Amino acid sequence: MSTMIDSGTVSDARRATPDSPARARRVLSDAPRPPRASALAATWTLGWRAMLKIKHVPFQLFDVTAFPLMMTLMFTFLFGGALAGSPRQYVQFLLPGIVVQAIVFISVYTGVGLNTDITKGLFDRFRSLPIWQPAPIMGALLGDILRYSIAGSLVVGLGLLLGFRPQGGLPGVIAALALVIVFTMSVSWIWIVVSMKVKSPESVMTSSFLLLFPLTMASNIFVDTSTMPGWLATAVSYNPVTHLVNASRGLMHGSVPVGDILWVLAASAVIVAIFAPIALRMYHAER
Amino acid sequence: MINAIETTGLVKRFGATTAVDGIDLRVASGSVYGLLGPNGAGKTTTIRVLATLLRPDAGSARVLGLDVVHDAAAVRAKVALTGQFASVDEDLTGHENLVLVGRLMGMSWKQARTRADELLAAFDLTEAAGRLVRTYSGGMRRRLDIAASLVVTPELLFLDEPTTGLDPRSRNQVWDIVRDIAAEGATVLLTTQYLEEADRLANRLAVIDHGRVIAEGTSRELKASVGGSTLHVRLQGVDQREDARAILSRVIGGDVHDGHDAGSLKASAESDVAVAEALLALTRANIPVAEFTLGQPSLDEVFFALTGHGAEDRKEEVDA
Repeated sequence: MSTMIDSGTVSDARRATPDSPARARRVLSDAPRPPRASALAATWTLGWRAMLKIKHVPFQLFDVTAFPLMMTLMFTFLFGGALAGSPRQYVQFLLPGIVVQAIVFISVYTGVGLNTDITKGLFDRFRSLPIWQPAPIMGALLGDILRYSIAGSLVVGLGLLLGFRPQGGLPGVIAALALVIVFTMSVSWIWIVVSMKVKSPESVMTSSFLLLFPLTMASNIFVDTSTMPGWLATAVSYNPVTHLVNASRGLMHGSVPVGDILWVLAASAVIVAIFAPIALRMYHAER
Repeated sequence: MINAIETTGLVKRFGATTAVDGIDLRVASGSVYGLLGPNGAGKTTTIRVLATLLRPDAGSARVLGLDVVHDAAAVRAKVALTGQFASVDEDLTGHENLVLVGRLMGMSWKQARTRADELLAAFDLTEAAGRLVRTYSGGMRRRLDIAASLVVTPELLFLDEPTTGLDPRSRNQVWDIVRDIAAEGATVLLTTQYLEEADRLANRLAVIDHGRVIAEGTSRELKASVGGSTLHVRLQGVDQREDARAILSRVIGGDVHDGHDAGSLKASAESDVAVAEALLALTRANIPVAEFTLGQPSLDEVFFALTGHGAEDRKEEVDA
């Protein structure tokens, strides 16, 4: 502050000033404005972005899949003998359920990712672009399909190593994975709502466990419902995850449990019908 | 001249807080306009309303002739916003970030890649193009962020505190970029809490405090409105400050304020003659002067004169 040079003349930004001589670079483009991106193109592009994130940061996939993989190993060898006679027999029962648990758990990453975008200001950029406004959410869900497929394949792969032999073959496994992914995408909407409510990605993660643990533990993933006390069996039978696990077991082992499949589809529709409008309204509302 | 931005009595409240309290702005097309004010003054909120991210509670705002509430989608198609925090995806490379924006703006994959390459070259980021943004320095992120706003040439560019948190070298790079953008004819609305930045970049500026415009004009006009030139005097002896104050006050007239250190004073002078007399009077009174400068008031002083407080003494408040 000891030298008080009047810098008023420098304020004319259009003049080339001594410290920035006119340079050859052009920062603006003369190209005509492209037509508005279609809703599909915008969603697809944002799905591409989600895919790139999986490619660049594959660790985010493994830190959530590690838990179900650990559970698979632990339950198979620790309890397999006691629960089903042998680890090899138990893994036939457990694996279609663990696939459900693994993928449903990963669904929280939809919320974590969106919350990160919001807190980092990336959503402000998306929201200020002339695009179909729900595209960032739809793109994230699109990327999730890939994430879920990779996680599901990892768990099934481990199962095969442990002696899992699905009688439904590849088509059965794919059908089961597809159903699990449909259900999980409906659960994702819950995390989308949560992600717009809470302050940090960590809070999305923490709050998710409050729902995910009861949802997956109070189900028939680990043991058959018939071994439970009556009241618990009744409660468990209303858990959509139980029906999803039944459907997944059926499909992987070669049957088509229509009742359970319909139950799961109906539950998914109800979850989406409740949470998607809330999520979209919150997304459109200002923050 | 057509105004790129026109607001009348713009108000935005957050609960009990009124962040923007009746702001009127006229920003000429093709100019660089600065919103200057401390943290929490309402600059960011104003920009977010103009960029259609927030809905005003009262008043109206027209951007490029379009209403920000009723024609929000049309406004979004013509403006670009670079927010306060670098809004680029850290988990993508610099190139991928720009391709992403290009695609979302409706370009083909090929067009988007070509434009990304052009911008990376123009912003000295070609070498880092294939690196994940999380490995970028703050200055590189900020340049990428501004580049993302220029993938398709906007008619109006919002830059919210473009140099906050940058080191001096990166700050100079961003200033050069803003000058280039302006030289190519785009309208730029930038917010800043740095007086020097507003002074260097903006053709006109509005000084904002507590959600209101408290002064508007070119930086020259604002300085002139504070009156005369300012004499800064640094004394050799700190203990003589009060004596010097009395002399300056008597000879020049008006208030004499403390300078930046214990041995310095500043006073507004109407004429150069008065300044010469004042310096002579100090010498006669045996008060040695280590250094003196005479100049137009800095924007810091303008701010002080307008608000009664400095521009940067409310750092703890969060800009809503």
